[in-house]
Amino acid sequence: MALQFTLASRNLFQDRLRFVATMIGIVFSVVLVMVQMGLFLGFGRMVTTMIDHADADLWIVPRGAKCFEDPSLLDLRNRDRALAVDGIADAVPLVIGFADWRLKTGEMTPIFVVGADLRDKTLQPWNVVEGKADSLSAQGAVAADRSYFGRLGISGLNSTAQIRGHDVKVAALTDGIRSFTTTPYVFVDLRRARNYTGIPAQKASHIIVRLAPGADVERVRQGLQAFSSDIEVLTPEQFGDRSRSFWLFGTGAGAALFAGALLGLIVGTVIVAQTLYSSTKDHLNEFATLRAMGSSNQYIYRVIIHQALLNAVIGFVIAGVIGAMVVQATAKSALPIVITPTLVGGLLLLTVVMCVVSAIAAIARVTRIDPAVVFTR
Amino acid sequence: MSDIVVETHAVTKTLGSGAARVEALKDVSMTLRAGELTLLMGPSGSGKTTLLLILGCMLTPTAGEVRLCGTPTAGANTEDLARIRREHVGFVFQSYHLFPTLTAAENVQLALDVRGDRDRTARERACAALGQVGLAHKIRSYPRELSGGEQQRVAIARAIVANPSLILADEPTAALDGRNGQGIMKLLAENAHQRGRAVMVVTHDPRVMPFADRIIEIEDGRLTHEQPGGAKRVRLPKATAFGA
Repeated sequence: MALQFTLASRNLFQDRLRFVATMIGIVFSVVLVMVQMGLFLGFGRMVTTMIDHADADLWIVPRGAKCFEDPSLLDLRNRDRALAVDGIADAVPLVIGFADWRLKTGEMTPIFVVGADLRDKTLQPWNVVEGKADSLSAQGAVAADRSYFGRLGISGLNSTAQIRGHDVKVAALTDGIRSFTTTPYVFVDLRRARNYTGIPAQKASHIIVRLAPGADVERVRQGLQAFSSDIEVLTPEQFGDRSRSFWLFGTGAGAALFAGALLGLIVGTVIVAQTLYSSTKDHLNEFATLRAMGSSNQYIYRVIIHQALLNAVIGFVIAGVIGAMVVQATAKSALPIVITPTLVGGLLLLTVVMCVVSAIAAIARVTRIDPAVVFTR
Repeated sequence: MSDIVVETHAVTKTLGSGAARVEALKDVSMTLRAGELTLLMGPSGSGKTTLLLILGCMLTPTAGEVRLCGTPTAGANTEDLARIRREHVGFVFQSYHLFPTLTAAENVQLALDVRGDRDRTARERACAALGQVGLAHKIRSYPRELSGGEQQRVAIARAIVANPSLILADEPTAALDGRNGQGIMKLLAENAHQRGRAVMVVTHDPRVMPFADRIIEIEDGRLTHEQPGGAKRVRLPKATAFGA
């Protein structure tokens, strides 16, 4: 092991209380950033969950629609026009909207109705754990997520309730289809979705387009876009980005998450800088001795940087373990924290940068060191 | 005539400014030769430490010239001076200044490490240096596990491991009892006489005089007197005033 590393590690572990304080600072910082960014990713995924699970090559949406849940409506004649465009295999209307769900007890709760033509299988409930998605074609059949049993006042398959005065029965149960708005998604057949939301038969919320094999997406997109200025034709990625952008930045939610992450970074940097500086100050005599022995400044900087990197790696590992537990604990929550390999890599890099930046004050202190002090101490 | 390792010519050093301005060294010219142990003696505030710092390339003179192994230090920046120190100088400090978190062997090896000597032999050389100072059995000991005399021996091993031409020792026996002080002076004298290094010891302690080849006295920043030391008459004395 390099002697610089040995010296750095022993300096680091010599004062255990300070080491623990440093670790608390780093772990607090990294976990806070991890949670904030994990929430950001989780939120980003949740707001596009319907888009991500739809079998769509293109989406036709009302011009200016900000997200999947946008209440604007399209004229359904756009579907007929779309079908006339070369390269289109299918164009399926989608009806979505808020409705009231009346529990057996008479209480009302808002729900978000997702209505698609079930024969086309463009947007069906997924993760069906009880019942069948196909059974939604039956009169009054709905699919709900089992995480909303309490909210919807149901206990399982065949539970009954009313939507906008219409009797409904739970025909399929899903697992993990949760809404970031906390308003439960309820999947129904397209025709009944109109009854539940009041959207007229000549209107639709969106139209899901599927292309014929070999069709060029961009060419078809431009072809569709050309026939009406009231619509926008988006790829799933574009629609997803737009939804994320709206919910995360249009509402300020993303800014709040980033602000939290930034705060974590600042707190972590200050704590690590403070402890590293005080450690360096405690070892000034040793650094002066090194300098008297003829070491270059670079040599001493490397000792301090090694200390900073050790802090980073150990702190990151501990934070990683805590982060994994947090991810596990929130997996079934309304807003799960999502940690991706890219986020892990980014956080490691961020931790290293934070710790190295924290070393600047310590390095600045050492730069001013006078080796002659070893003769007076 | 021995080889000259350090040479100063008309060195003057002014410290502070304004009312606090002090001329710490005045027109100091001297040489230190390989194979000689020189004592620098003088009262407190006489300029001993300032001269040691200039000879050890930690300070540069205000005026005059210093040559270390033929290299002039004039105009050198702090990094240049550090390079000269690591190439030519070994230091022994009054307070040892060992690294408490490193073992004896690691403390010694550090002197090689700062020079960039990090090959497999570095550890062996550090252990050999500890062997030279009689601490082969303490290579894994930490400073807190060593006596004052042993710590100073580790410091000497650290000073000599990189084969410097010059060893500068600042009051190396001040914190030690008589027996340990004698042992340390023997080691330093051996390094001068048997290994051909120039050794200068700054001291107040008259008991170290028998080990010296030359004794230089300094007062008010001027070299006032030079005389042969006891070692010119009796090399490595078996009995000294230590512990008497």
